[in-house]
Amino acid sequence: MTAPQPHPALPPTPAGPPPGGAVPALSIRGLAKRFGTKIAVDGISLDVPAGSFYGIVGPNGAGKTTTLSMATGLLRPDFGTALVHGVDVWANPLEAKRLMGILPDGVRLFDRLTGEQLITYAGLLRGMDRGVVASRVGELLAAMDLAQDAGTLVVDYSAGMTKKIALASALIHAPRLLVLDEPFEAVDPVSASNIRSILDSYVASGGTVIVSSHVMDLVQRMCDHVAVVAGGRLLAAGTVDEVRAGASLEDRFVQLVGGRSHTEGLEWLRTS
Amino acid sequence: MVAHLLRLKLTLLRNGLKRSPWQIVGIAFGALYAVGIVGALVVALIMLGRESHEIAQTAVVLGGSLAILGWGLIPVAVSSADMTLDPLRFTTFAVPMRQLLAGLALGGLIGIPGVATALVGLATVATWSRGILSAGAALVGAVLGILTCILLSKVVTTATASLASSRRFKDISGVVFMIPLILLGPIVAGVAQGITASAGFLPDFARALAWTPLGAAWSLGGDVDAGQPGAAGLKLLIAAATLAGLTWCWKVLLERALVNPPYAGGGSRKGGKLGMFALLPPTPTGAVAARSLTYWLRDPRYGGSLIVIPLLAVVLFFQASQGDSLGVLSVLGPLTAFLMAWSISADISYDNTAFALHLATGVRGTADRLGRALACLILSVPVVLAFTVVPFAFTGSWEWLPGVLGLSLGMLLSGLGLSSVVSARYNIAVPLPGDSPFKKPPGNVGQTMLVQFGGMGVLALLVIPEAALLIVQSVTGNPFFGWLNLGVGLALGLVLFVVGVRIGGRWLEARGPEMLAQLTVNR
Repeated sequence: MTAPQPHPALPPTPAGPPPGGAVPALSIRGLAKRFGTKIAVDGISLDVPAGSFYGIVGPNGAGKTTTLSMATGLLRPDFGTALVHGVDVWANPLEAKRLMGILPDGVRLFDRLTGEQLITYAGLLRGMDRGVVASRVGELLAAMDLAQDAGTLVVDYSAGMTKKIALASALIHAPRLLVLDEPFEAVDPVSASNIRSILDSYVASGGTVIVSSHVMDLVQRMCDHVAVVAGGRLLAAGTVDEVRAGASLEDRFVQLVGGRSHTEGLEWLRTS
Repeated sequence: MVAHLLRLKLTLLRNGLKRSPWQIVGIAFGALYAVGIVGALVVALIMLGRESHEIAQTAVVLGGSLAILGWGLIPVAVSSADMTLDPLRFTTFAVPMRQLLAGLALGGLIGIPGVATALVGLATVATWSRGILSAGAALVGAVLGILTCILLSKVVTTATASLASSRRFKDISGVVFMIPLILLGPIVAGVAQGITASAGFLPDFARALAWTPLGAAWSLGGDVDAGQPGAAGLKLLIAAATLAGLTWCWKVLLERALVNPPYAGGGSRKGGKLGMFALLPPTPTGAVAARSLTYWLRDPRYGGSLIVIPLLAVVLFFQASQGDSLGVLSVLGPLTAFLMAWSISADISYDNTAFALHLATGVRGTADRLGRALACLILSVPVVLAFTVVPFAFTGSWEWLPGVLGLSLGMLLSGLGLSSVVSARYNIAVPLPGDSPFKKPPGNVGQTMLVQFGGMGVLALLVIPEAALLIVQSVTGNPFFGWLNLGVGLALGLVLFVVGVRIGGRWLEARGPEMLAQLTVNR
């Protein structure tokens, strides 16, 4: 439930106490999706423990976005189920969506609203109280370093600012699970570290974050769990230390995914 | 290199068509339309060959000048220039300027407007094939004229590129350009009146134009035919100089644009103004209504349909004042009601993938439907009431007011109910967010037409009771049926409104993800 909280504060703390460790924050089983003749996701099963900071990495076109869309109720899977804190996303979509904050990648925003109006809209759509929305909007804008541009239309924002305002819209209702698809794309380093500290304290207070990315260093530093996805399949999953098995995450990733061409050839490119 | 650029343009066109068979259907309709117009013009130009010298020369020069003017003005006005070969995309390739210019200019000929202009321009050769010399001169003139068209449009679009890429200009020009388009009827009538009043003036006007860059190229054939090689030579110089001047301007502008890409930023503004969100109740329904109202006022795609309504009144008033009866004015109310109600029948298509926010927040389907319908209702009720009542002040036949009011309100409410269902279920091709309202939308043309006409047909069925009562009133002359109509229109309209919002809401909840998937295709 998105019951208004008495002390709205940033970072948004998940509503209610975290459940007993047994119920994963997100549990997907055999998710599969086909677009025409192309199989985008080929039976992915994954458990994201509550309270974890979970990274999903994979090369371009691996099926990360498709998987996350199916897990969050934006794209109907051909096969498989997705449970958010035990609530079936596709059987009980409205209840499941209350538990989730979603930052989808590659969708437009209602960009003729000002930044402030857009976050307010996201809060009011979720049936939140006007006063709570107003105070959280102010804090979110300050935390995202957007207070100066709160009255500017989102259509006039830069790519990084757009990402941040979309993230703020996903946080407004203090979800228990945050699913962020490529949250750091085009975001400047200062804002990125602000966002990371918001997410860190969110996780510390019991929330769960899932981010997809192809920046391995970032995932290795930020996340405690990681899943490697390629060609629509899950190649490895577990804690970051388990998955990287002593190597750096980047080397392990390349080893798992394959396709690394050794630096032979292209001799003509050497300038000396 | 020029051949490469031309091949690139053709490949882009072909790949665009490959995306969906419906795209081909759309292009085919466009081409059919163009073939009709081009065919008519070509035939007219060939027929002109048999007319007197003065008529032919006047028509060719005026038409040609108009074509050049159109190529110069239209791309700016609708801010939808053909940007498939946007010069800025070649910045990093170090294409030699001379070849880039030639390639882009010839590339401008590929596409429906370019081919159409070229065909009609070349048809002037047929007009002047009264002798080998005059035909040859007409051919030179036509080639010069066609190139002038293309180059002028290139100069204008390059010069205004940074202006045209600013959002504010796009928003305003898109809406402002609608005004002459809607008022085309009265304008054409006015111009036609002016022309018939001063028919003798046209040949003089054409003669004067022939000495300007607009008409010089088009007058070559006529001058040679009239045995004035001296004048033809001078005009050839004018036309060639025009072309050279335009090429030079384009080169300079392009060189500057390539190193100074347009900057489309705006100042930053502090928050504190929630606008409609502060005025409407803080519920999901209220929020959707506030968002929709904000879009009605800020998005040119919605603003465009708002500006049509008062212009429609002007057009109808003009029509009525031309005829002997003002009775036609009483159509204004029901017509406005229809246009307003039907305008939200593609609301989710207008949202495009921004609709993902509604899906992600899990807003109830009925809240989504009702919010959008209420926003439209807030705007349209005052307008529909005014446009229904005011015409009777002119006609004075007040006994018809209750009946027509019933039809207007019935149309508005039933239409909103139907729109709520249609936009929840069908995704149709509309201009993308941020595009000009005139831009050819990507996507499924066939389904769009099917949904639009099918929907209007169903709406016609839904208002049969109100229409029937109006007919009964006109047959019996009994004003009771007018008052009955007012009651029926309100009651039936409200029922259909509620039913439509309910059904639409249920469908939207069931098929939200499928709607989003369809919208993603047209992104």
